[in-house]
Amino acid sequence: MERRHLPLGGRLRGPVTLLALAAVPVAVLAVFFVLPVVGMVGRGFRPEGHWDVGGVLDVLARPQVHRVLWFTVWTSTAATAVTLVLGLPAAYVLHRLTVPLRRVVRAALLVPFVLPTVVVGVAFRQLFTGPLAWLHVDGTPWAILAGLVFFNAAVVVRAVGAAWESLDPRPGEAAAALGASPGTVFRTVTLPALRPAIVGAGSVVFLFCATSFGVVLTLGGLRYASVETEIYLLTTNLLDLQGAAALSLLQLLVVVALLLIGARSRPMRTSTQRAPARPRRPRRGDLPQLAVTVLLLAFVALPLATLLIGSLQVDGHWSLANYRALDSTGSHQALLEPATTALNLSLRIAVDATLLALTLGLLVALSVTRRARTRGERRLRGILDALFMLPLGVSAVTLGFGFLVTLDRPPLDLRDSPWLVPIAQALVALPLVVRTLVPALLGIDDRQRQAAASLGAGPWRAVLVVDVPVLWRPLLASAGFAFAASLGEFGATSFLARDENATLPVVIYRLLGHPGAMNYGMALAASCVLAATTAVVMLVVERLRVPSLGVL
Amino acid sequence: MLSLREVSVRYDGSPALTDVSLDLPDGQVLAVLGPSGSGKSTLLRAVAGLEQSTGTIAWDDRDLTGVPTHKRGFALMFQDGQLFGHLTVAANVGYPLRLRHVPRPRRRERVAELLALVGLAGYERRLPGTLSGGERQRVALARALAVEPRLLLLDEPLSALDAGLRGRLAADLRAILVAAGTTALLVTHDQEEAYAVADRLAVVRAGRLVQEGPVAQVWQRPADPETALFLGYARVLEGAPAAAVLAAAGVGHAGPATVAVRRSALVLAEDGPLSGVVVQARATPDQVRLVVDVDGVGEMDAVAGSAAHPGPGEKVRLRADQDRLSILS
Repeated sequence: MERRHLPLGGRLRGPVTLLALAAVPVAVLAVFFVLPVVGMVGRGFRPEGHWDVGGVLDVLARPQVHRVLWFTVWTSTAATAVTLVLGLPAAYVLHRLTVPLRRVVRAALLVPFVLPTVVVGVAFRQLFTGPLAWLHVDGTPWAILAGLVFFNAAVVVRAVGAAWESLDPRPGEAAAALGASPGTVFRTVTLPALRPAIVGAGSVVFLFCATSFGVVLTLGGLRYASVETEIYLLTTNLLDLQGAAALSLLQLLVVVALLLIGARSRPMRTSTQRAPARPRRPRRGDLPQLAVTVLLLAFVALPLATLLIGSLQVDGHWSLANYRALDSTGSHQALLEPATTALNLSLRIAVDATLLALTLGLLVALSVTRRARTRGERRLRGILDALFMLPLGVSAVTLGFGFLVTLDRPPLDLRDSPWLVPIAQALVALPLVVRTLVPALLGIDDRQRQAAASLGAGPWRAVLVVDVPVLWRPLLASAGFAFAASLGEFGATSFLARDENATLPVVIYRLLGHPGAMNYGMALAASCVLAATTAVVMLVVERLRVPSLGVL
Repeated sequence: MLSLREVSVRYDGSPALTDVSLDLPDGQVLAVLGPSGSGKSTLLRAVAGLEQSTGTIAWDDRDLTGVPTHKRGFALMFQDGQLFGHLTVAANVGYPLRLRHVPRPRRRERVAELLALVGLAGYERRLPGTLSGGERQRVALARALAVEPRLLLLDEPLSALDAGLRGRLAADLRAILVAAGTTALLVTHDQEEAYAVADRLAVVRAGRLVQEGPVAQVWQRPADPETALFLGYARVLEGAPAAAVLAAAGVGHAGPATVAVRRSALVLAEDGPLSGVVVQARATPDQVRLVVDVDGVGEMDAVAGSAAHPGPGEKVRLRADQDRLSILS
């Protein structure tokens, strides 16, 4: 009798169920992720139809590759360090203190994370050539560094903040009662408890920095290249597939290593907490943290404000002309279709990609959170979990180009399919969806389902009673994340979208590439529209109060 | 000496503790007794400096308002110990010593002493996760005592343990506190725990201090019917039933009385002054517990020696034991 009514595969057991649940996402991942990436990398290894491993290894000896590698490592390390230094105090202030407008500020800090990378690039260009031109950082690595920190601060604030918020305050109080000053409490009790979250957030930020495409491309130009932009250049400009394959492979290895570190340091869920921490009013001792938070906020607001102001000015006068121009194709025939068409298309693609990512993500989340009964099953679950994180770190360029080279002949000829772009974007958004749903599912005490079953609820009834009420908010939140991520996706889309049906980020990049003040103004205006759309989506997500990205 | 004057705590505007005043002389153990949600833990946290409070909390006439927790010299022991899971037992107990820069050899010595005191000699290298609930509480106690606190604050120290262990540990706790000469404030909802450990008793209900005094005095003279029921009295009688029971016990009382009666106040006796009909009888290892419909009083609890076997419907006679009832007014 026992376990008869355990829902969702509880009655079927073992790895078979796990695989059955995961079958669809695994198939999708195999066809639309593994195949293109392998195909892309394979081209580098077999340039003329026969294996040439030596040629790929030779690539790694090139001085340019060393330069690119070193640049990627140091910018990512520095950006991660700065992000942590700015993010930790902000996480504390926004999750442990009652400060005015806490939710709004949290949502505002989340906007850069889902902002299209191209928009981030444009905003910083505008900032460093405009109000902050006296810093002379435009076109230097410092600009790239600033862009990376801007982009990733939210990850630290979110991930560490959520851990901090759910931290049991009593060990700290016990330490204080034993005579530990606030500083000592932080050092000896709080920090060890937060370490998994900090290491996890740090490794994710490093990952994002190391694979960042749009920011480096728009801010670094041709002078500074990271591994990711180098892959792009090698592929599109120099047609050096061997070099691109070598770099892609290198990147893949680093990403896998980082994901393993991240998985290992992922915070353990301890749901035994009985005293939830109530945020308290700030005291004088919190001034440094408050100051850093304000600094971070200014750092996030400044580029966006500059962008907005820039978009509202034409020849030094206030004007809405840039916005009115959005329904044109720009000067010098910059575009084939007006920017409004691109926005329309972006929104439609984002809806498709979101639905796809949600369906796949839900299946993945359900399969990786199922209770494993054997060690083999646990291991399989771990592998699946890591597998679906891969799109997070694999070069979007590799993915996009891989689509083009592998999905171009029967039985899978998708070159002209309207689904190509949504599928690619869904894959990029998938890790976000999974990482939002998994903690929520893990948070459900299995005994609740058992209780429902013992009261006579069948498997589906139990899901309806226990899982659905807990899950609908995270589902909506992850839909928001997926939508925003898809809306701003640039790396893969820039390969897949054709001229006559480009998405808005691609259009912005094209406008930037064409001369003319009007084109530049239009790019600014389009960036604002895109930023505003994602900001609205994020505000809605924040209203749902899901500890999203908690264990990314 | 700890003194509280009109201490109040509010959570988001609603009062959790209202105007509590009490004194705790050095070397004594005070148990704050109250049902869950009565504000007793809030009182403890206010004394520890973990809650913002109004009124005065003073130690030896020095006002502690604005003194942060870590400078008060009070040690707080939580219900579930709150050991630091990433540190060994020795590191947990040595934590406050390290904060006070006690040199390492002396620290090791002191940790061994404290662990011996709580009966856990040789547990230095263990991690908290590998200990049983009772052992964890002992380590937490050793850690709190390591501070040599002016005042030890104990928040339901034994509640998380099962009944048998609780009894043993309560006796140990009393012995350890007396041996260390520690002034302690203990919060609990379990009167047995309070009787076993404390010298003085303070009863808190709905955020207010209802009664305070030596354990025996509070126990024998509850301040009001609710306190009596909370302290383990079975029923509170008024009017004619109260007078009848008092008369049966041979206690003279002028005017109408309110009487709190323990379960064992009425005893089966062939020549007893009260008569009644047995409603229910249940045998326990020591005695037979009865519910009797007593003439002129109503349904009452009573006991009989385990030799007697009165069944429901049987007519019985009862006497009243004056040590087991309390005249409230």
